[in-house]
This record gives sequence, structure tokens and C-alpha cells, in this order.
Amino acid sequence: MSASRLTKGGRIDRSRKVTFSWDGKTFEGFAGDTLASALMASGEQVLGRSFKYHRPRGIMSAGVEESGAIVTLGKGDRVEPNAKATMQELFDGLSASGQNAWPNVRCDVGAVLGLFGRFFSAGFYYKTFMGLPPFEWGRGTGIWMQYEKLIRKAAGMGEASREADPDSYDHVHAFCDMLVVGSGPAGLNAALTAAQQGKDVILVEQDFELGGDLLNQSDPAVETQRAELIDALQSAGVRIMTRTTTFGLYDYGTAGLLERVTDHVTAPSQDAPRQRFWTVRAGATVLATGALERTIAFTNNDRPGVMTAAAARTYLNRYGVLPGQNIVLCTNNDSAYVSASELAAAGAKVTVVDLRTDVGADQLGAMQTAGVAVKTGLVPLKALGGKTVSGVQLAREAGTGWAAAETLSCDLLLVSGGWSPVVNLLSHRGAKPAWDADLACFLPASCSENVVMAGSATGHWQAADCAASGIAAAKVAMGEDAQTPTLGGWDTPIKPVYEVRLPGSKTKSFVDPQHDVTCDDVRLAHQEGFVSVEHLKRYTTLGMATDQGKMGNVIGLALMAEAMGKDIPAVGTTRFRPPYTPIAIGALAGRNVGTHFKVMRRTPLHDWNLRHGATMTDAGLWHRPWYFARKGETINDAYIREATTVRETLGICDVSSLGKIAVQGPDASEFLNRVYTNAFAKLAVGKARYGIMLRDDGMVMDDGTTWRLSENDFLMTTTTTGAGRVMVFLEELLQTRWPDLKVHICSVSDQWAGVSIAGPQTRDVIAACMEDPDTVSADNLPFMGVKKIRLKGGIDGLIARISFSGELAYEIYVPSDYGEPMMDLLWSETEPRGGCLYGLEALGALRIEKGHVTGAELDGRVTIDDAGLGKMASTKKSFIGSTLRQRPELLREDRPQLVGIFPKDRSQTFNGGALLCKHGDNIGFGEGWVTACTHSPALGHWIGLGYIAGGHEAWQGKSVTATDPVRQGDVEVEIVSPHMFDPKGERMHG
Amino acid sequence: MIRIPCPFCGTRDHSEFSYGGDGSIQYPALDAPVQDWHDAVFQRENICGVQTETWQHVNGCRMWLLVDRDTMTHEIHDVRPAHPGMAKVLGVTS
Amino acid sequence: MTGQKGWTRQWRDPEPKSHYDVVIIGGGLHGLATAYYLAKNHGIRNIAVLEKGWIGGGNAGRNTTIVRSNYAQPGNREFYEDSLKLWENLSHDLNYNVMFSQRSHITLLHNPGAVDAVSRNYNVMRRTGNSDAEIWGLDQLKAAVPHLNYGPNARFPIMGAAVHKRAGTARHDAVVWGYARGADQMGVDIIQNCEVTGISREGSKVTAIETSRGKITAGKVGLAVAGSTSRLWTMAGLGCLPIESHKLQAFVSEPLKPLLDQVVVFGMGGAHFYISQSDKGGMVFGGDLDWYKSYAQKGNLPIVQDVAEAAMSVLPCLGRVRLLRHWSGVVDMSMDGTHFISKTPVDNLYLNAGWNYGGFKATPASGTYFADLIANDRPHRVIANHDLKRFERGLQIDERGAGPDPKLHG
Repeated sequence: MSASRLTKGGRIDRSRKVTFSWDGKTFEGFAGDTLASALMASGEQVLGRSFKYHRPRGIMSAGVEESGAIVTLGKGDRVEPNAKATMQELFDGLSASGQNAWPNVRCDVGAVLGLFGRFFSAGFYYKTFMGLPPFEWGRGTGIWMQYEKLIRKAAGMGEASREADPDSYDHVHAFCDMLVVGSGPAGLNAALTAAQQGKDVILVEQDFELGGDLLNQSDPAVETQRAELIDALQSAGVRIMTRTTTFGLYDYGTAGLLERVTDHVTAPSQDAPRQRFWTVRAGATVLATGALERTIAFTNNDRPGVMTAAAARTYLNRYGVLPGQNIVLCTNNDSAYVSASELAAAGAKVTVVDLRTDVGADQLGAMQTAGVAVKTGLVPLKALGGKTVSGVQLAREAGTGWAAAETLSCDLLLVSGGWSPVVNLLSHRGAKPAWDADLACFLPASCSENVVMAGSATGHWQAADCAASGIAAAKVAMGEDAQTPTLGGWDTPIKPVYEVRLPGSKTKSFVDPQHDVTCDDVRLAHQEGFVSVEHLKRYTTLGMATDQGKMGNVIGLALMAEAMGKDIPAVGTTRFRPPYTPIAIGALAGRNVGTHFKVMRRTPLHDWNLRHGATMTDAGLWHRPWYFARKGETINDAYIREATTVRETLGICDVSSLGKIAVQGPDASEFLNRVYTNAFAKLAVGKARYGIMLRDDGMVMDDGTTWRLSENDFLMTTTTTGAGRVMVFLEELLQTRWPDLKVHICSVSDQWAGVSIAGPQTRDVIAACMEDPDTVSADNLPFMGVKKIRLKGGIDGLIARISFSGELAYEIYVPSDYGEPMMDLLWSETEPRGGCLYGLEALGALRIEKGHVTGAELDGRVTIDDAGLGKMASTKKSFIGSTLRQRPELLREDRPQLVGIFPKDRSQTFNGGALLCKHGDNIGFGEGWVTACTHSPALGHWIGLGYIAGGHEAWQGKSVTATDPVRQGDVEVEIVSPHMFDPKGERMHG
Repeated sequence: MIRIPCPFCGTRDHSEFSYGGDGSIQYPALDAPVQDWHDAVFQRENICGVQTETWQHVNGCRMWLLVDRDTMTHEIHDVRPAHPGMAKVLGVTS
Repeated sequence: MTGQKGWTRQWRDPEPKSHYDVVIIGGGLHGLATAYYLAKNHGIRNIAVLEKGWIGGGNAGRNTTIVRSNYAQPGNREFYEDSLKLWENLSHDLNYNVMFSQRSHITLLHNPGAVDAVSRNYNVMRRTGNSDAEIWGLDQLKAAVPHLNYGPNARFPIMGAAVHKRAGTARHDAVVWGYARGADQMGVDIIQNCEVTGISREGSKVTAIETSRGKITAGKVGLAVAGSTSRLWTMAGLGCLPIESHKLQAFVSEPLKPLLDQVVVFGMGGAHFYISQSDKGGMVFGGDLDWYKSYAQKGNLPIVQDVAEAAMSVLPCLGRVRLLRHWSGVVDMSMDGTHFISKTPVDNLYLNAGWNYGGFKATPASGTYFADLIANDRPHRVIANHDLKRFERGLQIDERGAGPDPKLHG
């Protein structure tokens, strides 16, 4: 191939030179070029290396179906492997390089060595590399995994960056009456038709210019027509999106679009995203997605210098590149003739080789006028030449096969084996395309949804027919009747040919060049029984390369049909999956990356906590204070000091993340009575009660306190992580199961800032913060009492005397916006008394000492009895879960039950997650496990909570080992009551 | 994207909603026998085709809805509030 | 390396006979494996596997190919570990390379509570046959998997990992073909394009199976039809099952040179994500269900987006790597996240169903124990609690503690 840039013609702007680099060398092209056209004009021919065999590959097409010129774009953390050079718009500073080759694509050692390539026919992996099973050392997977290392290195294509992608991506949501995909004559006319009827239309084009195949024409009248259509679209208010691929169609007219915003820009604005991922919800969809030209399988049909006939026309008419000087164009249909005459007019010597012998006289006359030689009854048998094509050996029909014929020299071999409508997007909707024997292609089937296809995507081969079919499609999509032109449009029918080979010959002719799937591979699949389309695909990998079968699927099916002695429809077709063309994972993720990956929930006291030295930790989506280290303190120092201070003086802990649900209405107490296992019907106004909720299956779901603020007004608290689930469940109960209950519930978690204040001096501190200090006297606010309060400064709130730590303790809630003033106030009284702020770690220590359960114990698999709270399950009423908790397995006495754990040697530590087993028992599940452990400041040694079969009474005096082989090893422990500190609760009642 | 016509909010993406489960299940009385509860909680017809199911407009009005939806095509035939009183007010009883 | 020579059809294409000793309905991995082990372990040769389409066309070819045994609940633990042991010699057993690559399965850990919870499970593994269960600190993890997001902008900073070294990936299609070939060689008839249209019963006995290729009678019938279980169950005149069918998507990127050598799993903040790299170079990954019941083998965009976000959160270098294809399969989610290999109310009908996310990795054990159940008409000790009646007894084998909501068991 000796391509050259023409001095005039094409859509490129010769006044704007563009400098770019290819494999480290500097090249020039023009504005309007693609990377492929610029490289072609510069005489570069080998742009890629194939997947398995490392064969040299050049430009094979001018579009998304490209299987040869697959390159790596960019550098460093912006490196983008596996890009199609035919789709990359040229810009100043573009850097591209070859891939899957060493040292480079022009001279690849991998090809010389063949690596594993010579073995890599279809299915080879499955038959070998396993090792040598007769010998014991050959069993297992060890030997295979050695081979695998080599195979993985040889496989793959481009090299991805190891660095984080520095660019940003946006998500955009849109709605429209009609989405039109493709801007060829069909798409432009469809969009215009709908817009002129007042529809809100989005027109999407993957190219950087509108026009589709109109861009590839040499006739100036076509350009005029195109410009007029675009003007009309703009005045009709069509939203036009270029550089945008409709990559998938989903339920309810939803389309996924990828817009390339800065991929063609030398120095993009810092503010611009690289790409945008659009979710479009369309009332109707018209797919005018065009058709792709097929090649023919023959020996060495992958040589650089072999490309589709239409691609040559694109390079000529759009990019002003004459792709060869001495061109042989092999065809079996009419579409290639216009390419032939235009290439000849541009100065090339062109010979058309047509399989058909009945080519029309008009066609032949036109060729004669254009100076194009035509040979009929011939097909390509073998491309000649080493790294690039130097000629073609032809074949003629002989009986049912082929016989070798003459050889022609050439520097460019063009092939047109027919056209395949792009039915991919419709296939995403589950509509199976149907084979049309006359047109030798799959045509879209009708779709039950409002998705209509138009243009060459439905088998219209003439531009005028495409335009008419676009208008008709828009009308159909709007619910009107419309007349569609007849399909096809060629004077002489296509004569299908998929593969040319001499009988019995074994050669490399490619069905799917990108994955190096050959015709022989397809036959081997047949021979071994992989005859269904899906088996063929999986066994040979046909259609699984980055073009997803756009080039090769039809040929593969035809070969399988031939091998089976059936016709193509009997073999079937594979279903295309989204995306239509590969899309960046970064674009799908959009801005929801890094610290924005998931919502971060902060309490109203978040900033206040940080200002006072909090180190935060994740609790579900929440950030909560973990500990408040003072200078030089480790986490252990800090939490032990905090817990000690709470027991000796007092401490304040942010509990705002607890779920809070307002439960109101005349039936509120009845509702709570059904939801909680314990009695709530008679809870007095001004009192709080701790409650447990079960799931329907009788397992513990959540726990918390509920406060009766007035007769019909309750405030329920839940765990931090259980809040969402509890709310949803309560709503479900009220709306679906118990609609007769007059109860309204509302999540008020975000409305309240809350703290727990615990420790012997707590009452003094709170009293000092109150407008009326008597509010919290022991008489006025007894244990489990609830009150509305007013803090100094006029902050209204709620207080409840409840304790999770076992100390005299209160929870105070004020409206979120008053959280910080409340903290300032409380802290001003706490700090001078030597009190502290405490975090989750100290909270954990205090509750473990008391044997209170949290998420680690309530893991969704425990019953209320397991958790040692069986007394809270009322026997006088029914409640959610009360029936299914009575199933036999759940009543077994040997179920693991909550216990406390001390190390036998009090100086030792142990871990949550350790298993509890009988001393010396080294295998099996053990008798139980440790859920949580802490250093207990109150007891002066490490303690834990856990579950063990039968509970602590069954293990009194028995020796138990806490074993943690994945981390620490064994520690001898004692099993004790879970209530390890102040079991009678004297401190909190004080 | 399934588009669900919420009777309270209008048509919205299904990602605003949360699928509940089989809406035909009649949960028994709290004191009903174990077998009744077992069947309600664990046993499913698992219809391939149109089934009545519950969805909650969890990122919207938070109403629980009864949705008649084809589990093969995802086509929605009917949506109404699960709460019969609400349905009555809206005049969409089924 | 004998290469490609001398290979003919890997399994025959027989006409269905009118009677078989055992008919397995479903030519997916579990059905084929069951037929294989019935022939191999129990000497039953007059077996047919009936497949509606083409073998391996369902979830066998739609999963993310992960094989692991890090289950910790009694019942699951022994079952999945048995499965893993069978995987380790499966290529030799079948004389077909299923490309089982024991490349390690790494669960990322983000807070002390998660470390403790996972350690409990991995301690159980250590004491029940898995010396390969380890807990790694950050340094060890960084050395092994260098490109994860260890940076300051991680939403959930990584603290360490739970590592299951004998776990890995296998080539899913090869497993299908290997079992098919192995079963076929022992005389099993694999009958494709044979849709079951009816199951005739007389009392508590299946008398005949109506198919698109004629009526077939069978001594015993095994159901292994993930995604169609409830339909076949209804066909057999039976009522409800503790199963709800959901849709699970999977994703593959364009092929890349080696980037990730292990299976990496992430679960935090309500997100769920797993990724490995195929031998061809594609990044194979997945996440949560689509969150609503569905029999459609097509997914929707919200989960595509969720999974991409998780991908970028774990491996931010994937930003410019392109998604090549995404697809989905129908998974039968059970009420406790654990499967059923069970006798049924019909004497000669046996059920293999409810595999949730676990079907692929379970294949060899599922086939082994289902074959054993069918051959001996009583469950092996290992699957004693994998029956349909366990919920009546109060036994839920719930690895996640998620409760009886099928969609939560992903």
C-alpha cells in the first residue's frame, strides 16, 4: 500500500496542520483527520499486531469495526490501551503507539518466535497444559499455573495504566420524546420529521461530524443537501450530540450514551470532564445506525493493505488520502463500483474483480468510462506479500468449490463481501434479527417496544431510500402510518461468498482477525460438536474481541452453516450485548469516585468533634468519633483513659447517628406493642423503655429505646446501622399489613443532635446546663424517665435517663442546628470537672463490661434467647417473630448463648473473631466464638463477649481455649456471665 | 431502567424505588400457627410473567405500592398504593 | 502435548430414548456434573441430560468464574471445601483442562469490626481443612496487590485483607464441556434442544416427562434448572418453593496485559464488588443483583453504574480501561442464601436449586452429592441440612445473617 495525500478534496482543513506522534516519532496531519487517515497519508502501514499470532496488521476499515489498527493512546496515567485508530480524531499533541509487540509493531519478536501462537487454534487450552496426571506431583493445578503465567503474558492486548485516572467524568440525565441514533440520511430525516411535528428530539452521532455516509460522497450536491438538513434540524430545535455513542438500549426506552468531550482537545479546560455518561429516557427511539461492510475470508486476508472497499472511499473522499496506487477491488455486489470509479478518478490504477458474471451493462459502461478494468467470475484466493500486500491470487468457481486462477499485482486489495446492518442496539432489547437470503444479511426483527429502525440498518442500500425510510420510521415511532421503500436497491443481486479456499488446503484465513480466529478454527469447532452459535463463539472466541463480532460474525455463521450442511438461519445468530462500542469504566462511575464513592454521613456534631481532637471511623456510611487522643496517646491509651474517666467522673459521646423515628397516633402504643417483643402498651408518658425487635423469622433485628413523650407521641431510637432497615420495615407493616392502625411514622434521625453523657458527675453537669437545674434531680427524672427540657440559652430539647455504660447516664437531644451550642455548653461544665469526650472504642469497652449487645453480637443469626434477653420476650402477647421463633432448632438448649470471657492469665489479651473450643480441641467449628473484646479499665484486664454452646453456666470451671490461628494463636480463657461489671446495676440507678 | 408510575409522585426511575417482594402474600395473624407463618415468610410462587409485587418509593414519597409487573419483560400493568385507604382516596382500588 | 489431532465430537448428539434410569433436567453445570458422577461414582449409565437449548447456555456461561470455599456456616463449610478439593483435580479427573487457577481470593477489610468478623470465619476454615486461610496486614497486601486504592482519597481506607489462597478462577465453558465429554464417554445421553413441556405424575411418582422431542419415561428425575426451577416445579404439580429468581449482571473489559493476579473482593458501605483478570486479559467483574425479581437475561443501567463506581474505588487505574460487554443471568435466590439438594414431596423427583451467587464454585460438590442423593435416595451427611424442610425446623444457613429476604443474599 503506497498511500498518498491528495492536494485537494476531502473534508480535511489543509490550512490547519496537526502534529502528533506515533511510536515516538513525530508526524503531521490535518484538522479533520482521524489518527488512521493521518497515519495512512504518512505511509505507515503496520499499525498493530494480532492477539495470538502477532501477525502484522494495518488499517482494515474506517470505523468502529476496525480490527487491525488497534493502538495505545496517551502516556503515563492517561494511557488508553486498545483504541481504534479509525475512531480517534486527530489533534495537536496526540500521542499514540503500537501495542502487543516488542520492540514495536513493525518488527515484533513475538511474531518470529511464534510464542505459543502455533498451538493456539481454537480450544487448544482445554486439551493440554494440565500436567502429567499419572504421577502424584503432576496432579493439582501447579503445572497448569506455570503455563498460565506465560499464557497471560502473551495474551492481553494493550497495557493499562497502573496509576489512578486523573480525569473526571460526568453523569447527565435527559428526557426526550424521540431519540434518533445515527445521522446518515435516515437519521437526519427521522429527526427532522419528528422535530417539525413539535417533538423534543435528541439526535446522537458517534462521529465528530453529522452525516454518516453522506460524508463519504464526492458529489458537492450531497454536501449542500447535508448542510440544509442540519440547518433545518437546528431551527427545529433538535438537540444534536456528536462524538456521542449510544452504547446500549435498556428497559423503558432508556439509552446509555457516552459523549467524548475532550478526547480530541490538546489542552482541555480543567473544568471540562473527559467524557459524559448520559442516561436518556426517550418516548420513542429511531435507530438509523447504518450498515457495515463485510470482508471475505481468504488466505492472508489480514495483510496490511487489505481493507474494505467502502473504507477506501472514506479515506479518499473524506480525508483526501488515496490509499493505494495500484488497486484490486474484489466484490460480489454493486456497492463497490462507485468506490472503484472514484479511486480511478483520483489517479489510481483500479481493477474490479467481481464474482458475479451478470454485472449490468450500465455498471460495466461506467467502469469503462472511468478507466477501470473489470474481471468477472473471480474471487480473491490469497493475498500475496510479506508485511504488506503486493498482489492477489484469484480463484474461479469450479463445481462446488474453487480453482486457482490468475494473479494480479497490487498495493491495495479492497474487498466487499456484502453489508451487515447494525442491529446491535435492537438486539439489546432481545429482538432477534432474521436472515434475509436475497440481501445476504441479518435484518432487524420488529420489537415490541417503541424502537424503530431505519436506513441501511434495515437493508436500504440507496441514500434516497434511506432518507425515505428515516421519515417513515419517525412517523411509525409517533404512532402514524407510513410507507417504507422496498428493501435493497442494487441493480444486480449480491452473490454471497464468505470464504474462498482450495479443497483440502490449510491456510490462515481470518474470520475474526482481531482474535485471530480462522476458518479452520470454525471447522474444528464443528468437528468437535460445537455447532450452536453460542458454543462456536465460546470455543473459538469468535466475536468476543473488542469489535464484538462486527467484522466476523456473519462469516463465522456461514462457515458453520456450510459445515453443517444447513443454511445460515438454521445456525442462528448470537445476541449482541451492550455496550455497542467499549466505554471507559471511569465514565460509568462519573464523579462518584474517591471520597465521593458513597455518601458520607456526618453528624451535626462532626465539626465540633474534629475541633476537639476526634479521630473518626466508618460505621456503615457514617463517620463517628473513634477516640479523642491527647498528645502522645495511642488509640489504646486514649480509649482506656476515656472509659476510666466515664466510670470515675463523666464523659460525653456523640450518639446523633442513632436512628430516630417519630411514632405518632392513637394506635401508636398498640403498634409498638406488636413490633417489640416486650410490652409497650402500658408504658407511661414520660418514660422510656428498652425494646428488642425481631424479624418475621424470629431472629433479632434491632434494639433501642423508645420514649413516650405524650399519650400518642413516641420517639423510637434504633441502632445506627439498623435505622434504614427498621424504618422501611415499620412503613411496610403500617401500609401493607396493618393498614387499620392509626399511626404515622417519620424518620427524624437528621432532625436531632444527640449525646450520651455518662458517669457519676453527670447529673451535676447537666443541672448546671439547665435553665431549671431541678429538672434532672433524681426525683424529677428517675431512671428511664423522659422529659422535655430547656438548656441555658433557651435551647429546647429532650432528655432521657438511660444508660448503655452502666453509669448514671442521660441522652440529650436538641434540634440539629443547636448541636454545637449544646456541646459548647456541656463541655464548658464537663471539662473543668475533669470529664472527657469519648468515642466508639471507649463506648465499646463500657458496654462490653456491662454485657450489652451490639451489631457484633446481633449478627442476624441470633435469637433473643441466644443474646441472653429471653426475658424480654413477652409470653402474654404476640409480636412480630413470636411464632417462628418457636421452631425446634431455635429452641435447642445447646445453642450458643451470650457469655463473658476472661483470660485465665489476666495479663493476656485475645481477639474478637477467635473461636472458643475445649482445651486441646484443634479441629472443627469449636463451641463458640468471641464477638468483641476490650481492655476493661474497671476490671483491670482484658475481657470479651462471645457465644458458646449452652451458655456460661454450662462452662463453669471448664477450661476453654480462645483460638485465633489466623492471627494470634491460643489463649486460655474462663467463661463468665456476660454482666461482668456491676451486675446488679447499682451505679446507673444511683 | 424500569419507569414506575408512582400514584403520588408521577413516573420515576426504578432506582428511586426498592423492590419488596411478592405482593400476593397475606401475612397471617401474629398468633397464627408456625406452618402459616412458615409459608408466608419462606414460600414463594416465583411467577414468571405478571405478578403482583410490592415496591416502596423509598427515595420519594416512601409509600409502599402494589405493582403488577411482568417479571420476564419488566412491563408494568398497574400500580396502586398498598394501603387500601390510600388507594380508596385516590380512587384506584383494584 | 498431543495438541489438536484426533479430536472428534466432544460429546454425541443422540436421539432421545424412550426410557432412562435417570433423567436429569437441565444441561447446565450442575446437571452435567450430576450425570457425570452418577455414571462415575454410582455405575448408573442409562442416563439422559435434557437441555432446552445448548448445554452451558444459562448461568454456566454467565458467571464471573470465581471458585472459593470461604463459607463458615456448618453445612456450607464442608460442602464448599469438598467442592474446592474436587476442583483441584478436576482437570485430571476429566482429562480436560478447566484452567483452574488457584490465584488467591482476597477480601479487602476496612475496619476492626470487619477484621474480627472475617477472622471468625477464617479461623473456622483453618480448623476445618483450610491451611490456606490467612489474614493479611496492609504491608503484605500492598506487596501482593500493588494497584489498589491505598491513597488518601479512598472513601473506605483499606486496613488489610482476608486471603484464601487455594481459591481462584476457572474457565467456565471448559467445565461445561469437560463434564459433558466425561459423561458422554460413560454413556450418558446429552440431549440438546429438548425442552421439557410437561411432567406427568401418578400420585407421588413422576411417570413421564413430555418434551419437545417426545415423551420420555424415567426411573428417577433430577431437576437442576437454575432460573427455571419454579416453572418446572409448577409443571410437576408442586406448589411454592423458598426461592425467588433475580438477575445478576456480569462485566468484562477489553483485554489487557496482566494487571491483577488475584481475585479481589470489596464489600463496604452497601457496595459489593469482585474482580479478577481472565487469562485472555479481560477484567471480569460484578457486584450486586439488580435488586428486583426478574427472569430477564438483560440488566439495567443503575447497577452498571454502581459496579463501575466500586471498580474505580478499588482500582482507580481502571478509569480509562473500557468495558467490553455486560450481560446478566437469572439466579435463584433462596431464603437463607443457601442452596437445596433435596428430596421432594414426589418420591422419584429430586431437586437441586437455589444457588444464589454460589452455583459455579459449587459445581463438583453439587454434582457429587446430588448424584449420591439420586442413587441412594437419602442425603449424604454433608447435605443433610440442605433440604427443603429446613426452615420448618428453624434452620437457616445464613452466611450473611440477612434474614429471609432473597435479594439480600448476594
